[in-house]
Amino acid sequence: MSAIAISRLHKHYSTVHALNGIDLSIERGEFFGLLGPNGAGKSTLINIVAGLTRPTRGSAAVLGHDVVRDYRRARRLVGVVPQELTFDPFFTVREVLRIQSGYFGLGRENDAWLEELMAALMLTDKATANMRALSGGMKRRVMIAQALVHKPEVVILDEPTAGVDVELRQQLWRFIRRLHAEGHTIVLTTHYLEEAEALCGRIAILNRGEIAALDRTERLLERGIGRTLRLRVTTQAPLAGLPPALVPKLRAQDGNRLELQLSRDTDSVVAVLDALRAHGATITDVRTEAADLEDVFIELTRAQRP
Amino acid sequence: MNVVGFRTLFYKEVLRFSKVWMQTVFAPIVSSLLFLIVFGHVLGARAEPYAGVSYTAFLVPGLMMMTVIQNAFANTSSSLIQSKMAGNIVFLLLAPLSYLEFFAAFVAAAVMRGLFVGLGVYAIAMWAIPVPFHNAGWILLFALLGSAVLGALGVIAGIWAQKFDQIAGFQNFVIVPLSFLSGVFYSLHSLPVFWRGLSHLNPLFYMVDGFRYGFFGVSDVSPWLSVAVVLVTFAMVSTLTVWMLKTGYRLRD
Repeated sequence: MSAIAISRLHKHYSTVHALNGIDLSIERGEFFGLLGPNGAGKSTLINIVAGLTRPTRGSAAVLGHDVVRDYRRARRLVGVVPQELTFDPFFTVREVLRIQSGYFGLGRENDAWLEELMAALMLTDKATANMRALSGGMKRRVMIAQALVHKPEVVILDEPTAGVDVELRQQLWRFIRRLHAEGHTIVLTTHYLEEAEALCGRIAILNRGEIAALDRTERLLERGIGRTLRLRVTTQAPLAGLPPALVPKLRAQDGNRLELQLSRDTDSVVAVLDALRAHGATITDVRTEAADLEDVFIELTRAQRP
Repeated sequence: MNVVGFRTLFYKEVLRFSKVWMQTVFAPIVSSLLFLIVFGHVLGARAEPYAGVSYTAFLVPGLMMMTVIQNAFANTSSSLIQSKMAGNIVFLLLAPLSYLEFFAAFVAAAVMRGLFVGLGVYAIAMWAIPVPFHNAGWILLFALLGSAVLGALGVIAGIWAQKFDQIAGFQNFVIVPLSFLSGVFYSLHSLPVFWRGLSHLNPLFYMVDGFRYGFFGVSDVSPWLSVAVVLVTFAMVSTLTVWMLKTGYRLRD
């Protein structure tokens, strides 16, 4: 049985088609990445699985329980960390967790687990602090604890590391890896390719409400996805022309600034710079960036063309 | 049924208003007593609304009910709009609670707040103004039903509204006028025929009138008629509320 089974799922808002017929099956124990640019439909998709949004057509089920018809059992099996940093300013950390645990039908017998969760997420000394008094990072960790109060088998994290500093990101990664090692199925949305690369066993790339690619992470990378590099070069004076070998790699040119797209596997930054120098350019600044998802989509759509 | 879930949500809603009791319980009691002092002083010499019932005594149950009504509405509507605006309503929507449990917990907490403030007004007023007890059953029944209707109405307003403005509008242009024109400050018999007829269309009038019957044993209309009207109102309002929750209107779009 799949941890999450999504079949022909559509979500239409008055004019926008947020999801356009998604079919997806995520197996138990997977570490699954859901990637896509803003507005691709990632959040809509997981909101439907979580029961926060009703689908227009099609169905979604968690461990065999339909998220609409059998919502009670479906919701007991899934823990969701929402993307927006939100909190209830009336309560303390411990109160928030007890209340959340109570919603799931769990009483005081669950308190030991709540204390364990607080310890694991380094919240114990803030247990009696009001939510308002917490830093952004602590609020984020409380949200993760809230998603786990009922020990759900499936854990969905909607961009947990968006706007998070490096240290917290490392902590969160460690914690999520631990959950996965303990047997939870993890679904992570992100728009950082490197994050998905580092954590996920399988990746779906969503674009305009459709699945643009779905494969094991290493297979996607083998296909060249994510193997591009952006090179920005600033020269002293605007160049009259480019060495012919570099013309196909040019993405943008603005006066004395060039932006080139290179393959991490077949191109060499040094060779490109040498070619420019040989062409008479005096280079004043060089910057490289890993490809972002936009590049991946360009690659994907290119690949799809006959 | 998720009994623990219902109880938790009810407890959370009560805890929410008790944490800010100064604003949610004490302040309405004080303003209600101010009404009592000012109106009682200015109009206290007026003719007795009912034989043997002084105007100030007449005023006490009316003000109690008005406070109950307004606070029951305020409790659900402000809780929902706040958690919608802050976004934390998501944690409630993720929970395996049915729409009926959701409805019952919110309304029960609103009733709780209504009873708290109503009792508070009575507990202070009784030291200055003797008010008889004709029948505690009617008193409790109308207090429960009145706060339940307004609590459910607050759920509707809280779900429908998309900003604080709209809640304030609902409160200022619907709830406050209806409660001021429900015979809190006067007996309908003292009104011209046209206004009396219009007042009979106001369901809040029946809550106040039936509630007052419990204290004095006299009222403008029969308490049986009042209880019937209030029950029908509750049935209509809660059907709409439950339908909104069931379809996920503006909560699970």
